[in-house]
Amino acid sequence: MSTTAKTRIVGAPVPRKEGADKLLGQARYVDDIEREGMWHGATVRSTIPRGLIRSIEFDRRIDWSEFAVVTAADVPGENQIQLIVADQPCLADGMVNHCDEAILLLAHPDKHKLREAVGAVRIEYDPLPPIFTIEESERQDQVVWGADNLLKSFVLEKGNVDSVWESAAHIVEGEYRTGAQEHLYIENNGVIAEWSAENGVTVWGSLQCPYYVHKTLIKIFDLPDEKVRVVQTETGGAFGGKEDYPSTLASHAALLAMKSGHPVKMVYDRMEDLAATTKRHPSRTRHRTALDKDGKLLAMEIDFATDGGAYATLSSTVLSRATLHAPGPYSCPNVRIRSKSWATNKVPYGAFRGFGAPQAIFALERHMDEIAAAMGIDPVELRRQNFLHDGDTTATEQVMREPVMMDQLLDRALRESDYYARRAQFARENPSSPVKRGMGIAAFYHGSGFTGSGERTLNSLAGVDVTPEGKVRVLVSNTEFGQGTNTVLTQIAAESIGLDYDDITMAAADTGMVPNSGPTVASRTVMVVGRLIERAGLQLLNMLREHGGLGAHFTREEFFAACERHRAAKGEVRSLVRYEAPPGIFWDDEKYHGEAYPSYAWSVHVAQVAVDTVTFSAEVEEFWAVQEVGRVLHPVLATGQIEGGIAQGIGYALYEKVILQNGHMANNQMTNYIIPTAEDVPPIHVFFEEIPFQHGGYGAKGIGELPHDGPAPAIVNAIKDATGVSFHSIPLLPEDLFAVFGAEQTVEEPATL
Amino acid sequence: MSASWPTIRFTVNGESREVHAPPMKRLLDVLREDLHLTGTKEGCGEGECGSCSVRMNGELVNSCLVPVLQAEGADVQTVEGLALNGKLHPLQQAFLDCGGAQCGICTPGMLMAAAQLMERNPHPSMAEIREGLAGNLCRCTGFMRIFESVLAAATETAESVAKKAHRAG
Repeated sequence: MSTTAKTRIVGAPVPRKEGADKLLGQARYVDDIEREGMWHGATVRSTIPRGLIRSIEFDRRIDWSEFAVVTAADVPGENQIQLIVADQPCLADGMVNHCDEAILLLAHPDKHKLREAVGAVRIEYDPLPPIFTIEESERQDQVVWGADNLLKSFVLEKGNVDSVWESAAHIVEGEYRTGAQEHLYIENNGVIAEWSAENGVTVWGSLQCPYYVHKTLIKIFDLPDEKVRVVQTETGGAFGGKEDYPSTLASHAALLAMKSGHPVKMVYDRMEDLAATTKRHPSRTRHRTALDKDGKLLAMEIDFATDGGAYATLSSTVLSRATLHAPGPYSCPNVRIRSKSWATNKVPYGAFRGFGAPQAIFALERHMDEIAAAMGIDPVELRRQNFLHDGDTTATEQVMREPVMMDQLLDRALRESDYYARRAQFARENPSSPVKRGMGIAAFYHGSGFTGSGERTLNSLAGVDVTPEGKVRVLVSNTEFGQGTNTVLTQIAAESIGLDYDDITMAAADTGMVPNSGPTVASRTVMVVGRLIERAGLQLLNMLREHGGLGAHFTREEFFAACERHRAAKGEVRSLVRYEAPPGIFWDDEKYHGEAYPSYAWSVHVAQVAVDTVTFSAEVEEFWAVQEVGRVLHPVLATGQIEGGIAQGIGYALYEKVILQNGHMANNQMTNYIIPTAEDVPPIHVFFEEIPFQHGGYGAKGIGELPHDGPAPAIVNAIKDATGVSFHSIPLLPEDLFAVFGAEQTVEEPATL
Repeated sequence: MSASWPTIRFTVNGESREVHAPPMKRLLDVLREDLHLTGTKEGCGEGECGSCSVRMNGELVNSCLVPVLQAEGADVQTVEGLALNGKLHPLQQAFLDCGGAQCGICTPGMLMAAAQLMERNPHPSMAEIREGLAGNLCRCTGFMRIFESVLAAATETAESVAKKAHRAG
């Protein structure tokens, strides 16, 4: 099988496919592109969180005849963003449900005239009372969405939780919260759109999912599929933040293009991007856990809730992934999970690396340490004795048919971090030091690919072709935004066809050119789409053997000669393959039962943290990450994914706080929304164990999201180890630590005087 | 273009350039819009992220905070000026080899910061690298591959200097 065979290119640290262009400053991001006669667009946004639009007036000091103006009335088709539930207008029509909701669009040839014009549009409202928290939404202080504010809910049952409580030796309860988190891709959202009656709509943009944008545009403009073309430009980071929002922005720019008769560029500045686009869902998790006298899990009851914001967007699927990750990598006979996503009058929350899992895993992995503390046992041993093993079942009763090696990952993490020796050393040093050090651990899995029946529904199509100019192209709608899609899919194509890395090119992610191989999300690209490219390459060879006279062994020249014979016989050289689910996969969407994911990536994180009791700052001093992600196809890129995810996880725990005032982000600048810098990220030690997954591209499983799941609980567990204080929410900025330690010190002070 | 705008002359990547622009126009916009050097990126527009870093008279500056008038007579270097005769600069090569660039949007500014650091300190320690790059935010890499790239470039430079010295000797 390909998963164990020796490979030439897969597994080698080949140079990033588009690396030289990026390093030379030649890569073309959307803001680097100009179109003939191009205008610039801007957005007039709601200044209130909820209300009716009473009037829109235009200040007469501005010559509005120079501008194109678009409102909801200009939408030729359906004024809805098409995602899962069509509840979100492209432009507000009579009512606003969150601050910074788009109401009106302006375009002008001179982008410097737009700012003043945006300020000269006066909107009067009849305000309605808003709600901002999960609690306000669940109490229905106001009903702001549907009949009851409930965007989505799931119930998952295994065994009989209720039968356990009375006889359990230990019952431990806890509540945990996580805050919103901004993606902070360094390139803001941006697109260029063109419109003509003859050709329809074309959009170029910084985006993850060209076919998502396509799906919305055909409805907004009421156009047939072929009259809408979406092209991804070089994309400067995404992390989920360019999964759904580009559908809105592309619609806006395209409407302005139609109204003005010019190509229109819309590139947000940082303040607008931060205020108006999606973030990670804030969450609240309640755990009630029963254990026997030795610390074996008997029952887990988990209530999970997210704040979804004003519209449904991706909240249902984020909630699904959170639900399926909430019980963690542990075997437990009785599990009940109730999860709910609630509407509030805030900018809709959306996809962000991990997609609900980091929230649920923060709660569980903090809770495991709380259980260990309550029982007086080692948190490491508590985890070890409850890990899933081969043949065990998860909370959805999915049987672990692939090998599970959590014990080995844990052992290696303890060994590499010298965990026990360091803990002992800090326990000795802390009492006499104002800087308290501690070690924290987190163990977790991340399901690779779409949840449940998702991959079957997507039914992805991908392939390779050979152009008459002799270019072998990978045909996918999957996008490169830093994670290495271009490089790894090129490796896979080169390997399976038997050509060199440099012989393969990536076709542009252009809906006019490539088939729909699904969105670039959910850690699915290498595992799912990579497998399609592997199969397409092998199918291409078979085609060339049949119709091109290709021999069993061939030179590069013989390959291309065979391609030309095939082209002469069949008109083209193109090999497309469709997704096939691994055998024996069954998922019941009603009962949330069965094979939740085709495979899982597994990991153990260890954090060493120092808490300065004078400055109240917590700093990660060193970090270890051990993971099993199937086969590692590119060691440098894979390591980079892990390190980057951990840095974001450190930010999630200790630096990044979204502050809302009346539903508007108050710190919507890089000056006061702080991410880790080169001086904040500690040395990160990355170790892979490899078990090739037979249904993934050359044995790969998902990797991209996994590393964001563990840092926050590992860090907060380390803070507990260092200080003895249990924190139940993130982020923990110095002011949050001060609120606890500062109060303690105030009490202690008189005694020391 | 307006007749009242001054003519501002400065050197970019070794070439004399002349622009007519509002004196307070950001050097970043002049580079990107007037001179079509789009390698320099905007990330935040307020001097926090360093994506727009260029070198001006031997100093690393955020070009989003420099009014173009201030560049009158200056010697400016952008990412487009790093490679020599189509050959990657040692830093660019090291970033390619070590995975120092992922999405690439912070990369031009990061390279300029690294070039500045290495010119002043050809063999920086890890602490000096961290300090030298602290004004440039990267959201993809977690910085580890970037640190490794700078260390590799420093070693590479040291080796090539040693080789030259050996040949000369």
